[in-house]
Amino acid sequence: MTDRAKTPMADNPGSERDQGGEPKRRTFLAMLSYGLGGFAALLVGVPVVADVLKSMWLKKPREWRSVGTVDSFKVGQTVPVKFENSQPDAWAGSARQSAAYLRRQGQSEFIAFTVNCSHLGCPVRWEPKAEMFMCPCHGGVYYSDGDVAAGPPPRPLARYPVRINGKNVEIETTPLPINGRVPKPS
Amino acid sequence: MFRRMNAWLEERTGIGALIAPVMKHLVPRGSSWLYVFGSATLFAFILQIVTGVALSFMYVPSTSQAYQSLKFITENSALDHFLRSVHYFGASAMILMVGLHMLRTFLFASYKYPREASWMSGTVLLFLTIAMGFTGQILRWDQTAIWSVVVGAQQAGYVPLIGGALARFMLAGETLGGATLGQFFALHVFVFPILIGALLAPHLWMVVRNGISEPPRQGKPVKRETYKQEYDELLHREGVPFWPDAAWRDVLFAVLMITVIVGLAIAVGPPKLAAAPDPTNLVATPKPDWYLLWYFGVLALIPHLLTPYVIVGGPLLVFLGLFVIPLFAKEGERHPLRRPWAIGSVIIVVVFIGSFWWLSTWEPWSPRFEAPPLPTRVVGQVSPAAETGAKLFHDRGCEECHRIAGFGGFRGPDLTYVGNRLTGIEMTWRIANGGYNMPSFGSILSSQDIDNLVSFLETRKPKLTEGN
Repeated sequence: MTDRAKTPMADNPGSERDQGGEPKRRTFLAMLSYGLGGFAALLVGVPVVADVLKSMWLKKPREWRSVGTVDSFKVGQTVPVKFENSQPDAWAGSARQSAAYLRRQGQSEFIAFTVNCSHLGCPVRWEPKAEMFMCPCHGGVYYSDGDVAAGPPPRPLARYPVRINGKNVEIETTPLPINGRVPKPS
Repeated sequence: MFRRMNAWLEERTGIGALIAPVMKHLVPRGSSWLYVFGSATLFAFILQIVTGVALSFMYVPSTSQAYQSLKFITENSALDHFLRSVHYFGASAMILMVGLHMLRTFLFASYKYPREASWMSGTVLLFLTIAMGFTGQILRWDQTAIWSVVVGAQQAGYVPLIGGALARFMLAGETLGGATLGQFFALHVFVFPILIGALLAPHLWMVVRNGISEPPRQGKPVKRETYKQEYDELLHREGVPFWPDAAWRDVLFAVLMITVIVGLAIAVGPPKLAAAPDPTNLVATPKPDWYLLWYFGVLALIPHLLTPYVIVGGPLLVFLGLFVIPLFAKEGERHPLRRPWAIGSVIIVVVFIGSFWWLSTWEPWSPRFEAPPLPTRVVGQVSPAAETGAKLFHDRGCEECHRIAGFGGFRGPDLTYVGNRLTGIEMTWRIANGGYNMPSFGSILSSQDIDNLVSFLETRKPKLTEGN
């Protein structure tokens, strides 16, 4: 059962021929093999890894999306709105859309809050009678202007860029806010 | 006939000769039932591969269709339903067994020389197992899953400098989208299992090479110079072949485990799917599965200013702390009774995790959105102003965090008998100005509202004379 022992092993390979240039030649061949192997690995590996990680740096173009006419929002009210986000892939299903809380401050003044708690991103709920946003996850609470009222959130609710375009209110698609910060429009 | 075939194959492959020494290697006598958790983890992993591959026959990893395919798996066929259930309880078993395996190797100090690398690879395997659990939960792709991705991305976002990039990687883009689920599928089905396999190979090989650690004895410290020789002598003196003298326990325990998994799968069924995934449906309470639930509690209750440090530093410190243990304690006593610090730290960790687990079952920090208005029997016979106050207590959200006579939330103090503790003026001041974890209602409620609320709260006192 000791077949393996009979396999020629390179423990002491060609010791008699090792004089002269042999060790150098072997070192060279080993280095050559490592080098070639490394080259091939990089040749394929770099583009593959870059492709897998590309979401880290690729930016999507920002678009203004209408969320309704100006008249459909009452002054002093906060309502949830939906809009198509910056990566509406055909197979994304409901994930094509994002939500925001739109508050009409005055005649021509709107605020679009992100729905994500600045603590860990859970969807905050607007409680119209209490006039506060409350987070179901860890009890974060925000005032109607998005400032932190209680709980663990480190920052106010982040805001999306919002504008009035003709009769419509428009929100600019932006990356998901991370820890209460929406990346600046580029 | 069979023996001749076997001999023919063996002569050409030599696989038997390769495996025999592994199976027959000598192990110390007295390797008791405490040594079965490692192999149980391995069996659970194999079970996960088998059931996972089978599930992938039915599952559609598409953001728009995954939920439907999972509903189909869960509802349309008893066998699919069973399969998903086994996969869930198998995951739970694997995490439980990893935990017990780690607990045993830590308490017996099996990580000391020459088994340091076994422990270190095990630490990475532990985190990979948890990563498998989390990514698997995401594949359910229901409301809870998609919001858990967001929560995961936010946590990654707390990492200094590269946080934003890590968060975008978790989302596979700028927001939840078509690429998100595909990436989690690839991680769960290919990347993490392959990494686990790649680390499992040396992890298991080292068991054969170094042998399992003998049961520790008091006053018998590990010394690097003499350990291997002593271990060899021990084996030759009283060692028994692993197969079948020790292996039968592993087999019996694993069979028991699998029987329990199958039993639970039939009796309990797979975890319920939440509502269909929709980033614009804002009624969602993302929550990790049971093995990470306690950590969710930690994040709610730590002092708020520490949040970024705990989210980044916590897991990192746990990983590094575990990883380097064998580098700092490579020699010396192994018996737990001679290592009070080891026992102490295990107790602290168990109590810590245990209490946060218990808290996480009722989440006292979460507002109770569904709390009903206070019933008349609780409000009692009070003035009209106080009656209005009782209504406001529910409508204006007080009840979501405060409790009265068993109704409402737990975040703030219980107000059942607040009339005994605070005067009307003190209450008015607190409601208007707020405090730590208490919003200030001065700009939200009219002074009339506050007066009504206070006159209601003033009536909250224990009844001196009971009605009958």
